[in-house]
Amino acid sequence: MTQAQQPKAKRITIEPITRLEGEAKIDIFLNDEGNVDNAYFQVVELRGFERFCQGRPVEEMPRITPRICGVCPGAHHMASSKAVDAVFGVDPPEPAKKLRELFYCAHVIHSHIAHFYALAGPDFVLGPAADPSKRNILGVIEAVGLDIGRKVITARSYAQRIQETIGGKATHPVCGLPGGMSKPITEEERKEIEEMAKSLVEFSKFSLELVDNVILRNKDYIDLILSDTYSHETYYMGMVDQNNKVNFYDGDIRVVDLKGKEYAKFKPKDYLNYIAEHVEPWSYLKFPYLKGIGWKGLVDGEDSGIYRVNCLARLNVADGMATPLAQEAYDKMYDVLGGKPSHATLAFNWARIVETMYASERLLELATDKDVTSKDVRAIPTGTPEEGVGCVEAPRGTLFHHYWTDEEGIIKKVNLIVATGQNNGPMCMSIKKAAQSLIKNWKVDQGLLNMVEMAFRAYDPCLACATHTLPGQMPLEVIIRDIKGNEVRRLSRHLHPEPLGIRVDVVS
Amino acid sequence: MDKKIKLAIGLGSTCSGCDIAILDLNEKVLDLASLVEIVFWPTAMDFKLPDLEKIGKNEIDISLQHGTIRTSGQEHIAHLLRERAKVMIAFGSCSCFGGIPGLCNLTSREEIFETVYKETPSTVNPEFTTPRTEITQDGHDLTLPELYNDGKALPQIVDVDYYLPGCPPAAELIGRLLPIIANFMETGELPPKGTVIASDKTLCDECPLTKENKMISRIYRPHEIIPDPKRCLLEQGILCTGPATRGGCGARCINALMPCRGCMGPTAEVKDQGAKMISAIASILGVENEKDLSEDEVEKLLDQIKDPVGTFYRFTLPVALINRRIKEGSEK
Amino acid sequence: MDGFEPKIIGFCCNWCAYAGADLAGISRIQYPSNLRMIRVMCSGTIDPLYILEAFQKGADGVFIGGCHPGDCHYQSGNYKTRRKVSLAKRLLSQLGVSPQRIRLEWVSAAEGQRFAQVVTDFIKEVEELGPSPLNQRGAQHG
Repeated sequence: MTQAQQPKAKRITIEPITRLEGEAKIDIFLNDEGNVDNAYFQVVELRGFERFCQGRPVEEMPRITPRICGVCPGAHHMASSKAVDAVFGVDPPEPAKKLRELFYCAHVIHSHIAHFYALAGPDFVLGPAADPSKRNILGVIEAVGLDIGRKVITARSYAQRIQETIGGKATHPVCGLPGGMSKPITEEERKEIEEMAKSLVEFSKFSLELVDNVILRNKDYIDLILSDTYSHETYYMGMVDQNNKVNFYDGDIRVVDLKGKEYAKFKPKDYLNYIAEHVEPWSYLKFPYLKGIGWKGLVDGEDSGIYRVNCLARLNVADGMATPLAQEAYDKMYDVLGGKPSHATLAFNWARIVETMYASERLLELATDKDVTSKDVRAIPTGTPEEGVGCVEAPRGTLFHHYWTDEEGIIKKVNLIVATGQNNGPMCMSIKKAAQSLIKNWKVDQGLLNMVEMAFRAYDPCLACATHTLPGQMPLEVIIRDIKGNEVRRLSRHLHPEPLGIRVDVVS
Repeated sequence: MDKKIKLAIGLGSTCSGCDIAILDLNEKVLDLASLVEIVFWPTAMDFKLPDLEKIGKNEIDISLQHGTIRTSGQEHIAHLLRERAKVMIAFGSCSCFGGIPGLCNLTSREEIFETVYKETPSTVNPEFTTPRTEITQDGHDLTLPELYNDGKALPQIVDVDYYLPGCPPAAELIGRLLPIIANFMETGELPPKGTVIASDKTLCDECPLTKENKMISRIYRPHEIIPDPKRCLLEQGILCTGPATRGGCGARCINALMPCRGCMGPTAEVKDQGAKMISAIASILGVENEKDLSEDEVEKLLDQIKDPVGTFYRFTLPVALINRRIKEGSEK
Repeated sequence: MDGFEPKIIGFCCNWCAYAGADLAGISRIQYPSNLRMIRVMCSGTIDPLYILEAFQKGADGVFIGGCHPGDCHYQSGNYKTRRKVSLAKRLLSQLGVSPQRIRLEWVSAAEGQRFAQVVTDFIKEVEELGPSPLNQRGAQHG
């Protein structure tokens, strides 16, 4: 092909982004040299909870806000329950807090299992460059056996069942009230939960073994995880208990810098002193950043206010895990990653299983705590409602609910900093970097699309996916056209009868 | 050989709780997978828009959509699915009635933008930059779909054949789809158009709590009281929309000792869920000494109901008789 | 408001308010003709749905006439009326319709003059409020 005939495809659109919760698309733009100039991750929807919750009675917020996300409704429910406690200035009885945390550990487990096995797992079990038609949960099952599939379904069903027992429903639970919980659990229910918790500890062990057998024994994966393509030097944020160990339900917020040194530690109610949000006209989702550093754009570095939340971030900010098996897994992980903090985006997937181990151990601890069947699970608020912040670690990152009410407890104002939102900037950066590393001189490679997706997928963009209804394909087609619109090259990797549309347009 | 049913699942402004609800079929999802071939499901599969556009009329057997219609992109999906499918199902409360995102009808796009991109205290946006449907950024042309002012339920956009309400729909109700699909495969027969896959009775019918005497003298907000766990919550003064809500959900919220908030929508004969509910409340509140109450005392009693629209239309505002807030004096 | 003729729907109970309206008519007492009357057996049977529907169908105001408390032909119907109407006002108010557009009055069969008076007052008040927000130009509502 001569210089004059060289394809000048300048724009690659992936629409919609699939296998996630929420709607988004990606636009990748190439410059005159055929290298990636920029990539935009655009969130294409907005519902406006912060506005239409005005006028609602504040005690209803734990039932309204879970509808922000049906994959992590438990996280919103808990953050909201804590916020309404604070609004009324009421402290729930200890058994209520334990019951909430029991519920919440189960919730984290459900969410992490679904993401690891259905979304991220296949890339590692089968390999990022494996046959695309196999690179999904069906291919995983084929590789490791139907028993695994059933194991995964059962494990997640236990996590859902525990939430249902305590919260009425797993998706959109209802048990949280200002002052505690709507009802206690019986000894029978506790026993059932304990059995399921034991199973989940075993399942977490199994998942860690899977990581061992599949990832750690494969040098290519280690290289991929540690590669520069998937690395960003950012700040990290997460919740820690009084011993600076990871806790999902309660604690202080800690931020560490690129070297792992503590940059800030604050009580959730003071978050406004540390977090601000930036707006871009090309996305409905805002971009949180560290106020003290400032918004410097979508860039890495000590001078950029960009920070990351979610699994690896939590482990980066903590001094360790509060339970033994999880601590072991944590030590092993950082050993392989070369120390703390790790900036390797793909390691989020691994950290997710370390966290699942902790959540399971903590679940069992709480399930065997006699307090958890106490009848004393509610305190009736007596104070005048005014303002409150509730914060938890959602599976996807730190989550803040902030409410202001009138003296009757009717919402005047709401502010939400949602987990995935805080990774909005990092996701954009990861996609751009992966695209820039992989697309050079017009070469659009088979591996491109999956590798770009892996950069995005590691953040667990809010969807627990099908554990066994994928068609066994990742069909994609890239059509490259010249300036006249003539097709110059077509790359497909699919077995699906009809090619999928990744439009590659010429922009003149 | 039995041909598999082609199934497409589209999304409106969804939280994806409905997708999780499908997965919560657990082992039964394998049964579903043996009956259907999924040809579109952005949540779980990599089919993109052009793939859906290429499918011909009636080539999809069953389409279902969940999520409120809030944007031009979501409306487009609804039309694409309807044009290509023999059967269209509104799946979940958002799709059936508008759902919680439908509360956007109490405000406007302008007000939402003001709050989200300007007024919230963590937002730093002195120039009040807001998302635009078309923008050139650093020399690149980008687009976003239009965010509508109103939230709409699916039947307000396309012709809907069946409804599967719930937020999210109960596994038991979703499970009812399996024999319907299996039967369709075998005989080509389907239930009557307009069928709602739920109970035909109100929630009160399946509620496990004991009903004694419906006369209440005051309203308690859920956090103000620890109720008797065996007795009807409404009778104890806790607002419960059970009387105006369809059953079939298994009374899951009641099992957690929390009142119903109406996610299953009204029963067939009820035109407007909110009107039905305030009628029910008026019949039982302040009845015992109604002769002795002054007008002021009546008003004070009703003041205890803090948020009629948000409580009685929480999931069904877009399909209510008066389905949006209009300000007095808003004439242009 | 120039040229604005409010459309008022009036639900009047058979035994008191409607009879009072009748009396006004027989006595040739004048009052504006904006009120379209619907006779019901008891004001207590008025479902809030009718009030919503009246506005949805284009009414600028809704008038409800019943017996004085204590005088209800069915003993306690009108007590229910006042609770239902109050709740309907609150609901509509949240939706942007002024509670002043709904008027509940107790009018006995003997109060022909009073009937004419309260209706005249109400019509004037609605005139001043202007067309219902659901009827205003540019209002979007389904």
